Amino acid sequence: MSARVDTNPSRFGGFGTWRKALSPTGNTGDAIFRVLISLVALFVLAIVIAMVWALGSDSMMSIRRFGFTFLTSSHWNPIKGEFGALPFVYGTVMSSLIALLISVPLSLGIAVFLVEQAPHFIARPIGFLVELLAAIPSVVYGVWGIFVLAPFIRVYLGPPLLRLFGWTPLFRGPVTGIGLLTGGIILAIMVTPIISAVVRDVLAAVPGSQREAALALGATKWEMIRVVLVNGAPGIAGAVILGLGRALGETMAVTMVIGNRPEVSLSLFDPSYTIASAIANEFTEATDDLYLSSLVELGLILFLVTFIVNGIARVLVWNVTRKTGGVGRAA
Amino acid sequence: MSVRMRRCLLFACLAGLVSSLAFTSCRPGGSGEQVVKLQGAGATFPNPLYQKWLSEYSKLHSNVQIDYQSVGSGAGIKQIQAQTVDFGASDAPMKDADLKAAPGEILHIPTVLGAVVITYNLAGVKQPLKFSGEVVADIFLGKIKKWNDPKITADNAGVSLPATDITVVHRSDGSGTSAVFTDYLSKISPEWKEKVGSGVSPSWPVGLGQKGNEGVTGQVKNTPNTLGYVELAYAIQNNLPVAHIKNSAGSFIEPSIDAVTAAAAASAGNTPEDLRVSITNAQGAAAYPISSYTYILLYKNQKDAAKGKVVVDFVWWGIHDGEKYAPTLHYAPLPADIVKRAEAKLKLVTANGAPLLST
Repeated sequence: MSARVDTNPSRFGGFGTWRKALSPTGNTGDAIFRVLISLVALFVLAIVIAMVWALGSDSMMSIRRFGFTFLTSSHWNPIKGEFGALPFVYGTVMSSLIALLISVPLSLGIAVFLVEQAPHFIARPIGFLVELLAAIPSVVYGVWGIFVLAPFIRVYLGPPLLRLFGWTPLFRGPVTGIGLLTGGIILAIMVTPIISAVVRDVLAAVPGSQREAALALGATKWEMIRVVLVNGAPGIAGAVILGLGRALGETMAVTMVIGNRPEVSLSLFDPSYTIASAIANEFTEATDDLYLSSLVELGLILFLVTFIVNGIARVLVWNVTRKTGGVGRAA
Repeated sequence: MSVRMRRCLLFACLAGLVSSLAFTSCRPGGSGEQVVKLQGAGATFPNPLYQKWLSEYSKLHSNVQIDYQSVGSGAGIKQIQAQTVDFGASDAPMKDADLKAAPGEILHIPTVLGAVVITYNLAGVKQPLKFSGEVVADIFLGKIKKWNDPKITADNAGVSLPATDITVVHRSDGSGTSAVFTDYLSKISPEWKEKVGSGVSPSWPVGLGQKGNEGVTGQVKNTPNTLGYVELAYAIQNNLPVAHIKNSAGSFIEPSIDAVTAAAAASAGNTPEDLRVSITNAQGAAAYPISSYTYILLYKNQKDAAKGKVVVDFVWWGIHDGEKYAPTLHYAPLPADIVKRAEAKLKLVTANGAPLLST
């Protein structure tokens, strides 16, 4: 109950004694609890600051040496001491984008089916399977990617895509089964269970009265589901951001199927590289200082990319929920 | 009250459990004998052999406990420089600059030899392919693109090669295997030396990257028309075809343990005093050209006499009795005269001015 009291500004204004400040109700237990949970919350902040500081100070050497060209250069040659992050940033963002393009509609469909359509005896086992998929270690996805997905793309998916869309720059070159597209698809498969599990819980939390109201106003099932989706929009957005976070930082599965080639190429069939994979691959044998510093700077950039992409996602979501919220109310 | 009491009891039990665990882990066996613990770290390539050595050695010496962590050659060099380990391990010998940066003189003790082989996936081709060094360099430079390139067919008369693209597979992680392979290509091809050079993480002109020997092996095994390089053991264990490589004497040599030892024996004459040597493209009619030593690194002056004694005894045992475990794990044992020279190195190791080896 004390939390409710804390938000009261009039009590906050007058700091009387120490204990009063810690717990306006004057209860010792509350005061201890308050200090404790504040410390725990501050701990998160401290970790973030410590990480940025450590990444920043360790990458100073490479920042001084390359400056802004580190972000715009595509040369990554440890032997000659040339380091540029552009191919890694491109690969990271593109593979995550492909993953979201595939997994968001899929996850929404799964969640809507589980909550709104499926009878109980089907929803339970499928829901369980979805959660099971989320718990599979990424290296297992990677092995599956090499031995099942890559040959499938090489033999069945690649050639028709090449025939249909070969005129676009997106689908060019030989299809080896290993490349940006495969990396994106494996990521999509990995984030789908996470997004759909969260979206399912979000939809289940939408009050039944909303559905009843929509149906009572003569809405069809599809229109009723739209009302539910609009109501759950902020939660759905949170789920997508969660999935995006996993996609951006995923290392093992991606590195096994993306081809690990630091080159910016528009074609989705060409090999690419992600920041997390590059760090994991090259850290152990990076002996000279500039090389190590450049790898740490890659880490710092991944941190910033995650930060920026999350920021953009939140702004987009904020815009969308504001608009659709209006539409929903108007309808 | 009773709740609080129960909680106190639970806490006491937990505390007791934790402290008893801590005590048992501090004193293994509980015997009065002093246990010497050693820590080593470095190259991943010899890791299976070193683990075998450690388990065999600990059967013989119950008072010795040695851990080896296969963190990579680069990390091994870093850790021996920082003196956080009792011995390091590296596939490529340390560079002069790295040796200078260390706080004391570091000795290189070769332990075994390995080979890097060219493996491929080509349906319908039964007999092993033959490559000269120039052809291998041109394939990895992207100058030879098709399997039926005249340069390849010239060395492989009677083999019908397809007109398909060669998909090159290389290591994506920093690796001693890549260092040995690019060292060989740099010796063979001036163009390779100028454009790419040699090192653990070269900038590959063409191809797909895969993590680890197992990654490259898996990719080649699984994809038609691929060609990659892996350590000999991985090709043998996965029943992959291996190419015969033309050596400096002009004969095509099948990679084998004997051919690797032959390369080391042939280059023993021009092996420098400190044993830091590259034996790629070695002389000798039977020598396999893409071979290399792997080393254990230790300080000439050991700080701790008891630990230093165990390190030296262990390595001495390894290059003598331990060599018999090498062939079954697909490593090549050291030639006899290199063992002699490694012995001489170990005899130099001292602690507080006194030599540590009694023999």
